[in-house]
Amino acid sequence: MEKQEFTITVYTENQVGLLHRITTIFTKRKINLESLTTSESEIVGIHRFTIAVTESEEQVIKVVKQIEKQVEVLKADFYKKKEVVQQELALYKIATETLTNGIEIERIVREHNARFLTIERKFVVIEKAGYKRETKALFDELEPYGIKEFVRSGRIAVARQQFGPGKDIEAVLLANSSSI
Amino acid sequence: MASIDLQPTEYKSPSHQTTISGAEAIVQALIQEGVDIAFGYPGGAIMPVYDALYDYQDRLHHVLARHEQGAVHAAQGYSRASGKVGVCLATSGPGATNLITGIADAHIDSTPLVCITGQVPSHLLGSDAFQETDVIGISIPVTKWNYQVTKAEEIPLAIAKAFYIAHTGRPGPVLIDITKDAQFQQLNFEYKRCTSIRSYREEPVIEMNQIEAAAKAINEAKRPYVLFGHGIILAEAEQEFKAFVEQSNLPAAWTILGLSAMETSHPLNVGMLGMHGNYGPNLLTNECDVLIAVGMRFDDRVTGNLDKYAKQAKVIHLEIDPAEINKNVHAHIPVLGNAKKTLPLITQRLQKKDRNEWLERFAECDQLEHDKVIQEELNPTNEILTMGEVIRILNEKTGGDAIIVTDVGQHQMVACRYAEFKQSKSNITSGGLGTMGFGLPAALGAALGAPDRTVVCVVGDGGLQMTIQELATIYQTQAKVKVLLLNNEFLGMVRQWQQLFFDKRYSSTEMINPNFQLLAKGFRMHTNQVTHRDQLDQALTEFIETDGAYFLEVMVGKENNVFPMVPSGSGVAEIRLD
Repeated sequence: MEKQEFTITVYTENQVGLLHRITTIFTKRKINLESLTTSESEIVGIHRFTIAVTESEEQVIKVVKQIEKQVEVLKADFYKKKEVVQQELALYKIATETLTNGIEIERIVREHNARFLTIERKFVVIEKAGYKRETKALFDELEPYGIKEFVRSGRIAVARQQFGPGKDIEAVLLANSSSI
Repeated sequence: MASIDLQPTEYKSPSHQTTISGAEAIVQALIQEGVDIAFGYPGGAIMPVYDALYDYQDRLHHVLARHEQGAVHAAQGYSRASGKVGVCLATSGPGATNLITGIADAHIDSTPLVCITGQVPSHLLGSDAFQETDVIGISIPVTKWNYQVTKAEEIPLAIAKAFYIAHTGRPGPVLIDITKDAQFQQLNFEYKRCTSIRSYREEPVIEMNQIEAAAKAINEAKRPYVLFGHGIILAEAEQEFKAFVEQSNLPAAWTILGLSAMETSHPLNVGMLGMHGNYGPNLLTNECDVLIAVGMRFDDRVTGNLDKYAKQAKVIHLEIDPAEINKNVHAHIPVLGNAKKTLPLITQRLQKKDRNEWLERFAECDQLEHDKVIQEELNPTNEILTMGEVIRILNEKTGGDAIIVTDVGQHQMVACRYAEFKQSKSNITSGGLGTMGFGLPAALGAALGAPDRTVVCVVGDGGLQMTIQELATIYQTQAKVKVLLLNNEFLGMVRQWQQLFFDKRYSSTEMINPNFQLLAKGFRMHTNQVTHRDQLDQALTEFIETDGAYFLEVMVGKENNVFPMVPSGSGVAEIRLD
């Protein structure tokens, strides 16, 4: 089956070791995680993993079931590219002198809807949020001027459906409010 | 990340609180969970627990294994024979890592275990202290759940959760790692058993439309065929299963973990699945029109090549673990739930049918296999002893009432093929992981878990030497384990593969063995050795009838093979009879 881009979301208890438990499910099958972001979710006390992979749908279904089986996982879901609104954040550090040599950099930043996060005496940091191809396009344009440091965050995404997975989880938590 | 889950919110009532050490809390928690026997091995980081055990010897018997791997396999054998959670204890570092093979074995075979390991004091965590190992990290992939305790007050809830998780749903091993300082700390001890965890669902909700669909498919089937596995035994659904197959005369074949869930002599029990299973059960997998899998997971040793597996059949899969549905074989009708509950719902919707023609197909295959393989294996015409004839006579002596524990290899396949069983939880073997060295310690655990039953450990000369030191534990506990060594002076199964698939290049499979008779005598066992057929019957009589442990060695053919065989990579219908 053909590989495609998937976003996997996992709602969990906040527990030491759970990150390791989830990633071993991928490593056992030699699946490369393109990115993994952990954060709070919309539910108080519940954590959320957002995982980006390129895999066959069949394999993703199996992996998501294995994740959901873990004791401290409340819910795991997967989405195709069109089923999520997604973003990545990129930071580009370049020498301040590049800026003073002309207006090119400012034009590039403006055209890419990026912004200067900070301007220091020796360096400036440019920030750009968007799809990977957008942050990559800015990278390609800045590269000739010399990028001193570059970083791109993992993918974060929310489901396009009206209610995200959190709605089901709140129901589960309500039903089990007496348990631990 | 901080722990929010194990805060001691449960202990509010001061009226019957007592202050005890963490170590004593561990022992008291085990007792509250109904544990009366634990297997283990002491060491520095678990010493406070052993000290506490000293005061509770009348209520919690500790079995001192001779290696932590022996302890964990014994706990597995205990669990499989008794249906209870097996408990083992080990120290940090090497003690904990020595448990891992058994934990992995329990994980793949869904055996409920609670393993408690000592850990270096919390202020030394991460400092590469003496006997420090990241056992939480190491055990994550092979445990259902694990947790590190660094404060005494976490102990009651951690242990309560451990037992609840280990034995509910699809059972499995749980590891609790407890730092030494937490064992010394005092806490206000109050114990409450865990009955639910908000992020964990014991069993999926039964969907009635799936029950209806399954019943309809079976009622419409011309050639329905049932495969059953460990799930029947774990759910204690043996009666429900029998009623199910009898209702509509469904032929039923077993995986080696399902063996003994249904008595061997039952007319609908058509035999063993898999690589060395019976001819009909494999061949007819590709002739049935509806395949009903109950509490089994389509292991590759059962299915052979998946591209040639039951492609013609509509598959109904009764399973407690949603992750098993469509994992290896597509289920047209998944029936999620506990088999003890789903089976009766289907049974009450089944029409009575005789299915004589279909059952006759199994009988025909059985006859063919009997003529080509079984007859000669069980009643050999040349003078070389076969493993099969040993098991045939063993059946006569035990009457099918014994627990048969096997190790891994040729003897395991032969014992599973030919041993007869009248009651459940009687076949104990390492199925998924295929752990050599499992047999002897597991038999010890089984003997302690089912003290009223005869326990026979069928073992090869290879596997025996992996955990032979546990003969000392058998002696110390006076467990009545009957060790039946089928000695072919080879790693027989590997040699068989070398013969069939590697041009008879017997690379590192011949064993120049010690004198097992002297060894067993050294472990103070009753011993005997059989080298000729005319000694066999009498030797097996004495073996079974002697009160206490016994070591019987039978010298069997060095280069005998186990057949039938589905060669690796072949489909089940390509099963070879020779």
